[in-house]
Amino acid sequence: MERKEWPLWEVFIRSRNGLDHKHCGSVHAPDATMALQMARDVYTRRLEGVSIWVVKAADIVASDPDAKPELFDPAEDKIYRHPTFYQLPEEVNHM
Amino acid sequence: MYTQSLSVPDGEAKGPRKVENPEYLAEFNAKIDAGGFIEAKDWMPEAYRKTLVRQISQHAHSEIVGMLPEGNWITRAPSLKRKAILLAKVQDEGGHGLYLYAAAETLGVSRDELTEALLSGKAKYSSIFNYPTLNWADIGVIGWLVDGAAIMNQIPLCKCSYGPYARAMVRVCKEESFHQRQGYDLLLQMMKGTEEQREMVQDAVNRWWLPSIMMFGPHDRDSIHTETARWGIKRISNDDLRQKFVDATVKQAEVLGISLPDPELKWNAERGHYDFAAIDWDEFWNVVGGHGQCNVDRLAARNKAWNDGAWVREAATAHAEKMAAREKQAA
Repeated sequence: MERKEWPLWEVFIRSRNGLDHKHCGSVHAPDATMALQMARDVYTRRLEGVSIWVVKAADIVASDPDAKPELFDPAEDKIYRHPTFYQLPEEVNHM
Repeated sequence: MYTQSLSVPDGEAKGPRKVENPEYLAEFNAKIDAGGFIEAKDWMPEAYRKTLVRQISQHAHSEIVGMLPEGNWITRAPSLKRKAILLAKVQDEGGHGLYLYAAAETLGVSRDELTEALLSGKAKYSSIFNYPTLNWADIGVIGWLVDGAAIMNQIPLCKCSYGPYARAMVRVCKEESFHQRQGYDLLLQMMKGTEEQREMVQDAVNRWWLPSIMMFGPHDRDSIHTETARWGIKRISNDDLRQKFVDATVKQAEVLGISLPDPELKWNAERGHYDFAAIDWDEFWNVVGGHGQCNVDRLAARNKAWNDGAWVREAATAHAEKMAAREKQAA
């Protein structure tokens, strides 16, 4: 039988309730059940998580690293979107 | 890690960012100089990518082969407590190998390619794992000295310029501390035992000391990978790390009550460091070159494990395909 590499799954872990799931690494597994099992063995040997998400790496749609300027630079000159842009009178500036 | 599982053969141009371009290079160098991180999909010089693939995969192979000398003692651990600790440690080493393979895969090599390079003997792994574990104290000494040396090497890597590698190393270093401490604890307990047990500890230290300080690699003046410093992959030199390790270990040996097998080891007040004997590099290159005591056994064990597991990998793939087809039919 010709060897087929198991697909790659990206692993996200919620370290405790109240926090977001965060990307922590990847595993190879034949299916979702095994991917969860392997993610548990590889990434949570010391109570690192209370919940795991796995998603096939091939299903992730990512922004193009070459498009960084078009995507993110326009936000650079919109400093009025930040609260610190507004200088208020001393007495009320903690608003 | 954000990984691509497709294999990209060396030298194949893939899209505009693969092209060597002075403008991209300037941008890359500026990022490195500013202490920034390079991420998987960012443009990088081909030589940087190749160096990282080599270093990260060798590191991963070392973790995987490193399971063998210690695995050798799991069934013979002297108590249930020590057996549980050793199992956890060996499982960690397997985990470290997996974090690192995943980091290497973000650079466009496939897991199978990396595995194949190890199994065929093409890829190198740390020379330290080609020494045999002859008595139970070896397990303690590996934790104390071998993992201790590994930690010295690995802590600077947590700040290396390649993001996926740096993040994997943060995770590895957190766990390595347990490895070193359990080893020292094991030795402390043996030193409180019989005269024969103390001799076992000294014997193990005598055999592992030189291989441990060789783990830092050739002297800086003989090192061929100088560009790794420029690229922020290697932040502290081999000799500086080795000196740091020797300085830290002397006190630990004293507390343990054993002697380090080096008659030239003594404090040099002028340098503010311990002096130690010259290293026999012929032995080092001999072991790296495949002629250590256990090279043949280690590769044979890895090949056997891989081949014996083939039917499991195939069955799991077949099951996944069957389930997927069944689901499709039901829909």
